[in-house]
Amino acid sequence: MWAMIVKEFRQMRRDRRTLAMMIVLPVLLLVVFGYAASFDVSAIPTVVAGPLAAKVSPPAQFHVLARNKAEGVAWAQTQLRNGKAAVAVVTTAGKPVVLIDGSQLFVAHAALAALGGTAPGSGGKTATPGGRRPVVRILYNPALKSSFIMIPGLAGVVLVFIGIVITSLGVVRERESGTLEQLAVMPLRPRDVFLGKIVPYFAVAAVDLAIVLAVGVAIFGVPFRGSVPVFALGALLFLFVTLGLGVLISSVSENQGQAIQLAVMCTLPQILLSGLIFPLSSIGAGVRWISYILPLTYFNEISRGVMLRAEPIGSLWRPFVLLALLGAVVVSLAILRFRSYLSPAGPAATGPAATNSAESR
Amino acid sequence: MSSPPVGAEGWGATGVCVRYGKRLALDQVTFPISSGQMSAVVGGDGAGRTTLLRCLSGAMAVSEGVVRRPAQRQIGYLPAGSGTYPDLTVAENLAFRAAAYQIPAAEADERIVGYLNRAGLLAVRDRLAGRLSGGMRQKLGVIAAMLHRPALLVLDEPTTGVDPVSRADLWSLIAHATAEGVAVVIATSYLDEAERASRVLVLDAGRAIGAGTPGQIVAAMPGRLRASDARPEGAAGLRSWRRDGGWRVWDPDEGPAGPRGSGQAAGSGRPVDPDLQDAVTVAILARELAGREEQPAARKGVQR
Repeated sequence: MWAMIVKEFRQMRRDRRTLAMMIVLPVLLLVVFGYAASFDVSAIPTVVAGPLAAKVSPPAQFHVLARNKAEGVAWAQTQLRNGKAAVAVVTTAGKPVVLIDGSQLFVAHAALAALGGTAPGSGGKTATPGGRRPVVRILYNPALKSSFIMIPGLAGVVLVFIGIVITSLGVVRERESGTLEQLAVMPLRPRDVFLGKIVPYFAVAAVDLAIVLAVGVAIFGVPFRGSVPVFALGALLFLFVTLGLGVLISSVSENQGQAIQLAVMCTLPQILLSGLIFPLSSIGAGVRWISYILPLTYFNEISRGVMLRAEPIGSLWRPFVLLALLGAVVVSLAILRFRSYLSPAGPAATGPAATNSAESR
Repeated sequence: MSSPPVGAEGWGATGVCVRYGKRLALDQVTFPISSGQMSAVVGGDGAGRTTLLRCLSGAMAVSEGVVRRPAQRQIGYLPAGSGTYPDLTVAENLAFRAAAYQIPAAEADERIVGYLNRAGLLAVRDRLAGRLSGGMRQKLGVIAAMLHRPALLVLDEPTTGVDPVSRADLWSLIAHATAEGVAVVIATSYLDEAERASRVLVLDAGRAIGAGTPGQIVAAMPGRLRASDARPEGAAGLRSWRRDGGWRVWDPDEGPAGPRGSGQAAGSGRPVDPDLQDAVTVAILARELAGREEQPAARKGVQR
């Protein structure tokens, strides 16, 4: 037994990445997730509309982003649908109306609590002109069902799992079996190999996504109110990023164990910091920046926006652009890594003879 | 190594150096390659055979020097493993290779059946490559490397771990390719196989310590060889190795006609004519012994 223990320690010492993961990662995760693990909502983005908009003074938790005397309920709904605000107060001739975006579950709960009522139709603490109790209406997820917000996000998690964890094994498996070297001398361009690697996973992930959504809609009654093509475009971009990440991880890993470690390190923060579980606004500012470099953060915005609020592509330009940027960076890095493996002796020759010389490089 | 003697097509390595970090894996190696000929790279473990073949095939860039090779599409390469996918069948492995080289389907089918038939693998065409025996897998690797009819075929240890019957099949495939005008380069640990080559390069610790036809390498062997039943004592013991159930003893000072200088006794054992295996062993041994002699001299130099 002693011999085994000594051998394991020697192997562990030489596998620096695993050692670092075992020692540094738990501390890092504790700090990061300690800041992230919060359901407390301190600021509720709010807009106020209607002729008496200037006189509305909601509780301090409601951060009023805009007041528009000229607009009414339709404008307020558009603000919520486009994700500009989570709560809209609309003053009318009768009772004021408070609209709450139910697709932002924790924010909605916080808004209801702040309004002094936990059920739609009542509200008390908002000081409205004349002291009238507002009528509270929850949009997009009136019953505030967790499944409504989790399933669009879980669709992203499925894509992350396939895109990063499964794909990360692809290249490293080639290296372990010695076939990567074979690919290097075959007339395949790095981008052909890259695309050839990701397209099958892409197809499987697309089927998985369709199944998850079908189950979500059919069994859990999650609405799909928006445009399917917009959702599909978001999923396409998101898959592009995650598959690229998977290939990148695979190309920097020496073996399948290392690839899995890195994939887990990339997947875990996506689940915990992307707004899937904890609202982004509740994540500590020191850690929140990580959320904004995670592709799942933007896919969550797109999937919840399209499925629950029928958000149009125009108001979703930011997550679309950022996903595209992330995709471009990740895929470029992955192809560059591929190039170093697949064109080690320079670009493929097209003439009758190729020369590889140190001087010519 | 000053002149660049490459083959008729201009293919080969000239003054190639490869560094892995600080370690020099190849040091000024020159190795010409010719069509219709088989060239062999031999040497001990860590000699740099695989590195040289990787450079010749284009799988690796050189640190210094020049490698000339045909266009990528004209190169077939068998890496140190079989280079095949264990989770694809024999037929699927070859179909992938055919598609990558854009061989028309009908022609690819014809070639695949022909090669499998010649290698005795036709009956296992639907078996996963991972479930083939080592010899079968190597044959599959060689077939895959030559399926697109390359002009240069680079095979790294094609027969290592292969049973004699499969070795014969492999050599038949290689000989056939050579006869068709393919330039074949193999790295091998089996010196009896290297004797089939038109040109042999002997590597040791990344340096070329011998090159030429097998006959030239044998003829260039210094000293004389004797066969003995027992390992000799003393310094001669350091110059001996096991061979054919006995011992070979190399005497560097003994000329082919007998011991150099008058009155010196010939070594014990009966004189034997060296073959390539002996000549390569002597070349490596001579370098090793020279290294041992240099070390004490260097130490003395420091002390002085």
